[in-house]
Amino acid sequence: MARLELKSVGKSFGAVSCARDVSLAVEPGEIVAVFGPSGSGKTVLLRMIAGMFEPDAGDILVGGRSIVDAPPEQRGIGMAFQNFALFPHMSARDNIASGLRASGAADIAAKVAAMSRLLKIEHVLGHRPRELSNGQKQRTALARALIGNPEVLLLDDPLRNVDAKLRYEMRLELPSLLRRSSAAVLYVTQDYREAMAIADRIAVLINGRLVQVARPEEIYARPASVAVARLFGDPSINLSEVAPIAEQGRLTAVVAGTPIRLDADHLPTDTRERCWLGVRPDDVVVTRQGGEGTIPARIVAITPLHERAVVLLRFADGGEWLAALLPEALDAGADEDVFVRFAPEAALLFDHATGERIGVSPRRQAA
Amino acid sequence: MDHSSLAGRIFRGIALALVLVFFMFPIVWILLMSFQTNEQILRIPPRILFEPTLANYEALISGQLRTAAGNLQIEFMRNLMNSFVLSSASVILALLLGVPAAYAFARFKFRLGETIAFTLLSFRFAPPLLVLLPLSLYYQQLGLNDTYFGIVWVYQLIALPLILWIVRGYFEDISPDIEHAYRLAGHSWREAFTRIAVPLAGPGIAAAGLLSFIFCWNNFVFALILASADKQPVTVGALAFVTASGIQYGQIAAAIVLSVTPTLLLALYAQRYLVEGLSLGAVKG
Repeated sequence: MARLELKSVGKSFGAVSCARDVSLAVEPGEIVAVFGPSGSGKTVLLRMIAGMFEPDAGDILVGGRSIVDAPPEQRGIGMAFQNFALFPHMSARDNIASGLRASGAADIAAKVAAMSRLLKIEHVLGHRPRELSNGQKQRTALARALIGNPEVLLLDDPLRNVDAKLRYEMRLELPSLLRRSSAAVLYVTQDYREAMAIADRIAVLINGRLVQVARPEEIYARPASVAVARLFGDPSINLSEVAPIAEQGRLTAVVAGTPIRLDADHLPTDTRERCWLGVRPDDVVVTRQGGEGTIPARIVAITPLHERAVVLLRFADGGEWLAALLPEALDAGADEDVFVRFAPEAALLFDHATGERIGVSPRRQAA
Repeated sequence: MDHSSLAGRIFRGIALALVLVFFMFPIVWILLMSFQTNEQILRIPPRILFEPTLANYEALISGQLRTAAGNLQIEFMRNLMNSFVLSSASVILALLLGVPAAYAFARFKFRLGETIAFTLLSFRFAPPLLVLLPLSLYYQQLGLNDTYFGIVWVYQLIALPLILWIVRGYFEDISPDIEHAYRLAGHSWREAFTRIAVPLAGPGIAAAGLLSFIFCWNNFVFALILASADKQPVTVGALAFVTASGIQYGQIAAAIVLSVTPTLLLALYAQRYLVEGLSLGAVKG
């Protein structure tokens, strides 16, 4: 099988730049999620690989050979589209078999049967796309992309248009399904959970630029920048502006008037002018007991989210943080005064001007 | 409208009946006239009940027009055939040229694309008489005067813009991803065009073809100037009924019935294809 390689790929439409110097390699059998906010150029990137757009700069290689000059049908790529893009005038069976027929493969019926069994759509093979539910459409589209055993598999937010329950099921099912083929998989998504659940590595794309490419837990624990930290996590990371001061090799920051010691190994030990202090809501502890290193705050609201309670806290200086706790861990109600603390390892520091993370290896593991 | 009151329903019924009478009356009257002699038609007051005669149809089919001034040869059946040949050939040619062009305009942005598309549409704006004089001079020099090919060519002014603009809209409604998916499955763009785009735009192509057929069929002035009697369609041929001894209303009515029938049948046949929305459910709801 072949390796997919993007080399300094660039693309712009008029004045809008959709990809800038994007370099990425996907090994055979590896799933790389391309994650970013909408409009960050994820789909354009995928479409350049598929041959719908030509890159303005750079090269795209599959198995070491450049494919930018090849028409889509000769690239050996399977793709699932966000809007399914099934052929409406053909049955699900013909949709799935279309690629095999074009290549003149043998045993088409057997292969279609096997693939549809795998995706649990045997019973609807005779149906036209309009007679299928969204989930079945999506499975048909996946079967169509997978059946030719392509060297490169592109999935453009395939779970976007299916309902939440199905999306959850597919999130569990997809990795094993994709690993059956040894294709290099690029998976575009706007949902960081989906990216973390499915991918071996995540490539974070912001404004056409790859900001960070790393394993999911590493991106969560060590986001390259404030922007990446904000995108990963729900509720999103708490940020406070601080000016950490180094004293005897220890870093202290003042948060909402309270000096907090940030003496974790991964943080720098020199004084900085302005920084962003980032603490994930999961790492925030809310107690009734005050003491050294705790910030007084008032609970403004408590909202349930999934199995957790999200607590909106307001400090004396007006700054607001969120804490995500198990409901049992919270012994205070709304409008009560509490104290907030967090472990020094949980603290992330970002440069105020560039947004880039400061510091080295964290001890903290991903949640 | 399920909850409308009795009065509302009655009013709706009356309104529908009025509209129906307004549109259907001329057609019914023509049909009745085609079975009457000139004397019966010109009787005042006119009567609904009369003794039907097939004389008008006989005269048309045999080509012998009996008038008070004597027998006249008319070429109605030949004209009808001409109409059929000219309209069909024009529509086929316009489809062959217009459908790929519509696809190009729908899918690709190219220099002057919109300008070319609009220029083609603007052929429909110009009054035909304006272009006819220079055109007839060119035609005489090119030797295209009084040829089927010449008329089919000039009919492209009618059919091509229509097909181009209607079919373009249908192509634009098809998600390009469907074609991309087909190409990634290993098909060339030509196959994607013929097996995906054209079948999916089928209802639109049928509608555009039908409309341009009707417009070609109804055209009068191009063939009047550019063709002689043996190549002229029914619209021009009907002039023969204005004879020295008077206007042959009965034969005109019969001629209209005969010349409307093919387009009417075609429209009725094609109706179900026009309504069928093939593209539904192809992409997300």
